[in-house]
Amino acid sequence: MIRAFSYNEFLFLLSAVQWTLALSAIAFIGGATVGLVIALARTSDIKAVRLAATGYIQLFQGTPLLMQLFLVFFGATVMGLDLNPWAAAALGLTLNASAFLGEIWRGCIQAVPRGQWEAASALGLRYPGLMRYVILPQAVKVAVPPTVGFLVQLIKSTSLAAIIGFTELTRAGQIVNNATFQPFLVFGIVAVLYFLMCWPLSLLSARLERRYALATR
Amino acid sequence: MASAYDTTDVPAPRPVSGEVVIRMAGVQKWYDSFHVLKDIELEVHKGERIVICGPSGSGKSTLIRCINQLEKHQKGTITVNGVTIDSAHRHLDQVRRDVGMVFQQFNLFPHLTVVENCMLAPMRVRGTSKQEARDIAMKYLARVRIPEQADKYPGQLSGGQQQRVAIARSLCMNPKVMLFDEPTSALDPEMVKEVLDTMIGLAEDGMTMLCVTHEMGFAKSVADRVIFMDRGEIVEQATPAEFFTNPKSERTRNFLGQILTH
Ligand SMILES: Nc1ncnc2c1ncn2[C@@H]1O[C@H](COP(=O)(O)OP(=O)(O)OP(=O)(O)O)[C@@H](O)[C@H]1O
Ligand SMILES: [Mg+2]
Repeated sequence: MIRAFSYNEFLFLLSAVQWTLALSAIAFIGGATVGLVIALARTSDIKAVRLAATGYIQLFQGTPLLMQLFLVFFGATVMGLDLNPWAAAALGLTLNASAFLGEIWRGCIQAVPRGQWEAASALGLRYPGLMRYVILPQAVKVAVPPTVGFLVQLIKSTSLAAIIGFTELTRAGQIVNNATFQPFLVFGIVAVLYFLMCWPLSLLSARLERRYALATR
Repeated sequence: MASAYDTTDVPAPRPVSGEVVIRMAGVQKWYDSFHVLKDIELEVHKGERIVICGPSGSGKSTLIRCINQLEKHQKGTITVNGVTIDSAHRHLDQVRRDVGMVFQQFNLFPHLTVVENCMLAPMRVRGTSKQEARDIAMKYLARVRIPEQADKYPGQLSGGQQQRVAIARSLCMNPKVMLFDEPTSALDPEMVKEVLDTMIGLAEDGMTMLCVTHEMGFAKSVADRVIFMDRGEIVEQATPAEFFTNPKSERTRNFLGQILTH
C-alpha cells in the first residue's frame, strides 16, 4: 500500500516540528540549569568539586549522544522505571546539553579578569554575591553568542531521539517515507524544515558575536 | 645626588597614636618553592601613613595582599583591628570590611555605573538600603571631586577619574585602613597628580594608609614611615627624612640611586 505524498503528509511533517522544538526547549532549559551548576563547580575553589565536574563533562563529551540516549532509555527499564521515549529523550538531551553548556560557560566565567574577583573580594563580597553581582553579569555577555550557537547543535541533536521512538521531525519523516517511498522528497522537506529552525539562530549568533567583538575592541 | 634627597620639604615626624591597626608577626609565604615573604614583622598604628617601596618582584604587592587575604600566608599571624586572620570566614569578613584596597588597574566593575560601583558593597555586604547607599556613594564621589560622573560607566572615564572612583568605592565601606598597590603606575603622567592629591586629602583626614608606590615626592611629603623591601624582606624602615638622607643599607642606597637616574 503505497500512498502518494500529499498535502496531508506535509502537514504531518510540519506538526512534528513542534515536537522537535518542544524537545529542544526542554533540553535547553534543563541543560542550562544543570549546566550553570556544572560551570560553577568547574570554577570552584574546592578541588573535589572541580574534579567531579570535570569528570561529568568528560563523560558526556567523550561518548556519543546516541549511546547516552540508549543508556537512559534502556537503563531506566533495567532499573524498573517505565520511562517513555519522550521523557528518556528529554532527560538524555538535558544531561548531554548540561555538560556542553557547563564547559562553554566555564570559559566565559574564567574570561572575567582576575582583578574583578579581587576587587569584589576586597570589598567583602562573599562567593554568592560576588558571582551574582560581579562575575556572572560580565560572563553572560561573553556567553550569549556561543550559547545560541550551541542551541543550533541541540536542535539538530534532537533528531537522534527518533531512534528511541520519539516522534519528532526526523521520526515523522521516517514514518511518511515508509508510507510513500519518496525518500528524496520527504527527507528533503525534513532537511529544509530543520534549516528553517536553525538558520535564524545561526544568523543571530553570528550577529551577537560581531556586536560583542565591537564592544570589547 | 644630594639635591634629589633634598629634605627641606620633609615635614617633622608626626606623633601617631599607640593603637595598632595592623600587626604582622613572623609572616612567611611561599609560591611553591619560591620564598616570597620572609619573616615579615610590621605594625601599623592608627592614623599612620606608610609607603612601601622596593625593586620589582621584591614582594610588595604580596605583602599588602596578605593583609586582606587576596593571598594566603603560610606562617605567622596577621591581626587587623584586633581580629586575627584564621580559617574562620567570619574573621576574614570582618577584616575585609575594615580594609579598603585600591589596585593599579582600578578594577572597577565595567557593567555597573560609577554610582552603582560605589553602592554595591554597602548594599550587598552591609545590607544598607538603596537610598542610603546612594547617599553614601554621592558623598564620597563628591569627596573625590567627580559627582557629575555618577551615572557614566567606568569605560567612559579617564584613568585618573577611574582611580578616583575606585578610591570612593572603597571609602563607601568606611574602612579603618586603606591599602594602595601602585595606584598611579597605570596612569598617564598628567593624571598622576589628581590621584595623589586625592590620597593626600585622605591622609589629611587621618586615614591609616599603606601605599606601595614609587612616587618619592608623595613619600617625602605624606609618609610617616618608608619601608624598603628587597627579596621578600623588610630591609629598612625609617622616617622619610632619615630614609632619603641617610639610608642605612647598601641595598637601599642602590635602589635610591636607580630611582634617581630615571
Ligand atoms: N601567583 C604567583 N605564583 C608564583 N609566583 C608569583 C605569583 N605572584 C607573584 N609571584 C612572584 O613573587 C614575587 C613577588 O611578587 P610581587 O608581585 O609581590 O612583587 P612586587 O614587589 O609587587 O613587584 P612589582 O613592583 O613588579 O609589582 C615575584 O618574583 C613574582 O614573580
Ligand atoms: Mg606589585
